[in-house]
Amino acid sequence: MNRVLPYPVLSVALAATWLLLNAPPTPGHVLLALAVGLAVPHAMRPLSPRAVRVRAPFALARLTVIVLVDMVRSNLDVARIILGLRRGERRTGFVTIPLDLREPFGLTVLAIILTATPGTLWVQYDSDTGHLLLHVLDYTDGDEWVRRVKDRYERPLMEIFA
Amino acid sequence: MTGADLPLWAAWLVVALVLAGAGFSLTGALGLVRLKTFYERVHAPTLGATLGTALILCGSMLLLSAIEGRLVLRDALIGLFLTVTTPVTLLVLARAAAHRDRHEGHSGAPPKP
Repeated sequence: MNRVLPYPVLSVALAATWLLLNAPPTPGHVLLALAVGLAVPHAMRPLSPRAVRVRAPFALARLTVIVLVDMVRSNLDVARIILGLRRGERRTGFVTIPLDLREPFGLTVLAIILTATPGTLWVQYDSDTGHLLLHVLDYTDGDEWVRRVKDRYERPLMEIFA
Repeated sequence: MTGADLPLWAAWLVVALVLAGAGFSLTGALGLVRLKTFYERVHAPTLGATLGTALILCGSMLLLSAIEGRLVLRDALIGLFLTVTTPVTLLVLARAAAHRDRHEGHSGAPPKP
């Protein structure tokens, strides 16, 4: 298994990409997709990337739904701010979030999530202290942002990449 | 099927999706003008990179699926690769700005994490 398929997730992703690009699948393209999935991951070997272990598929599905909902909601929020449709005073500011998540893939996915939801900008992560510096477009006092990032995203990510 | 005999409801749905997506992208572009500081401005274009792109791609996939008479998911790959690569650009921009602001001692410089 390890010899033939050093990175099974990458193999599946490459084959699926090939088939999506060359839909509808013909027998020829299925063969080519298999060949790509089998051969290309070997080129990754010299880079020796860390193996991805994804657990808790249920948590993964739930996190996906949460992120999609948050993405739409924050897009509407930021659009409202830009178009000046929001009443009241708005403040922006930096928030420091102490993260317990240390797994590199988990942090990568967290960066993608925070970027995909407008209104939060990943400024800096300090791997020594585990502190993440965010810029938020709609700043609130207290630990509302800290709770939001930790409860909604960090906890499921720690479950998934445990 | 060609584009000419696309059912009317599908045509309207495609138009609505693409216009909504374009609207979000335009709003993001407006944000670059309307917002004041660098850190605020970086938020604006992500509208186009997230929901704007998603809506336009949904419209495109619906149109192609209706024309070709089968489910076309190819465009979803654009969304996937865009979503995975955008953070890199924004992270580098934000880090560079933070470094410069701290180095030059600007008042709006971000605190140390």
